[in-house]
Amino acid sequence: MDNREKVVEIRDLYKAFGELEVLKGVDLDLYREENLVVLGRSGTGKSVLIKIMVGLLQQDSGSMEVLGKEISRLGVRELNEMRLKIGFSFQNSALYDSMTVRENMEFPLVRNFKNLTKKEISLRIEELLDAVGLPQTINQMPSELSGGQKKRIGVARTLVLNPEIMLYDEPTAGLDPITCVEINNLINEVQERYKTTSIVITHDLACAKQTGDRMAVLIEGQFNTFGSFEEIFPHAVDQRIKSFYDYNFINS
Amino acid sequence: MAGQTNTQKYVFSKKIDSFFKGLTDVWNFVKRFFQEVLVPPYEFKAVVHQCYRIGVESLPLISLTGFIVGIVFTNQSRPSLSEFGATSWLPSLIAIAIVRAMGPLVTALIAAGKVGSGIGAEIGSMKVTEQIDAMEVSATNPYKFLVVTRVLATTFMIPVLVMYTDFVALMGAFINVNSKELVSMPTFFMQVFNSITFLDIFSSLIKSLFFGFTIGMVGCYKGYNSSKGTEGVGRAANAAVVVSMFLIFIEELLSLQIINLFRIK
Repeated sequence: MDNREKVVEIRDLYKAFGELEVLKGVDLDLYREENLVVLGRSGTGKSVLIKIMVGLLQQDSGSMEVLGKEISRLGVRELNEMRLKIGFSFQNSALYDSMTVRENMEFPLVRNFKNLTKKEISLRIEELLDAVGLPQTINQMPSELSGGQKKRIGVARTLVLNPEIMLYDEPTAGLDPITCVEINNLINEVQERYKTTSIVITHDLACAKQTGDRMAVLIEGQFNTFGSFEEIFPHAVDQRIKSFYDYNFINS
Repeated sequence: MAGQTNTQKYVFSKKIDSFFKGLTDVWNFVKRFFQEVLVPPYEFKAVVHQCYRIGVESLPLISLTGFIVGIVFTNQSRPSLSEFGATSWLPSLIAIAIVRAMGPLVTALIAAGKVGSGIGAEIGSMKVTEQIDAMEVSATNPYKFLVVTRVLATTFMIPVLVMYTDFVALMGAFINVNSKELVSMPTFFMQVFNSITFLDIFSSLIKSLFFGFTIGMVGCYKGYNSSKGTEGVGRAANAAVVVSMFLIFIEELLSLQIINLFRIK
């Protein structure tokens, strides 16, 4: 019997796009202040899972409770209240390219916390830019930033709303190995500093190893393996998991 | 357990179903505008910014086009009128043609090309790079910030641009008339104002509001529903122009019928 507090509870979740069945009865628990890494090959529905979590997509059947509330049953206002508690870091950062870094970070703040003064907003933005190590970029446009910087600003923008849960969609995709390590460190720092609960979606085992307290491997629309990196990978018997490990570590 | 997912079943066929689904999507998209436009919070700053982009930044193109339309139309009309010795009617003819039809139509078509494609491409690119999703997950309303502001801006700015185009086109016409018929500016404009009525100006502005609404709405709809990466953005921009232009001509035809009813009375 696990006594830890569950923040996300997914049961028998199904999702299809037309004829293509992506999630086929997914069960998953996420516990407070843990970093859960969801691993799987491209197109297995990892991102779909976290998009359902923030209401960007809807499941076909099954339940997804986040912080005790069934996401599919929330109205617009309740869903927005829930979204304030969930930070979503997009694969391509999704910074608003017509706005400066400051405006990117102000955007959710001024619209959700109307009682904040300009000074308080500025302080919050500066604090978070310091936290991600990019205070000098405050007046830059996204087009002037490198891939790694964009990821960091993307994380800072999600943290601006002080979320309880952080969802990282392929945080190291398209980055060089050194920047990958920096982003992985940032994920761990965020978890320690802001006491967030995180789901990291990736197919990068190095990222998984560095950031994950626990891992879940999504194969053919279902999670069939849970455990720490050491429990799952080095001695994996399942050929699909073994080949994942081999390609990431041995072949490279 | 495969039965638990939504397997696709069609009422008629895939094509017919998707056509009706498209119509429903358009209806819902337009309906949402009217549901959200009056509900706070209001994005005043963004509306003003969009008005500037759509109005002020279109001025050079509109000025040039309007001016050339005025000159060319005057030049092309002169031979026909001179056959009847009626070149003194040029200012009246030009005024009626420009205020009633050419001013609104030329402005709307130019705006569909410049503004409509810009809106389609901008929102389309935000869609495919997940910027719209990013707004949504940060508990803000992307429809209100992106669509309502742009549609309001085009709806308000197109009539203003139409009035400006009318003025510039009439100035172009005046220069041409002045150089050939030696008509002074007061005489030219007196004839212009004697030949146009309140109904001409009023109807021109009302249909311009519809043109503006159409340009904004089509651009936003196409952008908001774009997919398939950069190719989708290009398609959205292209479709925004083509569909807007098509609808503008339909609206022009309908408005002509409605205005004629008032004229007969």
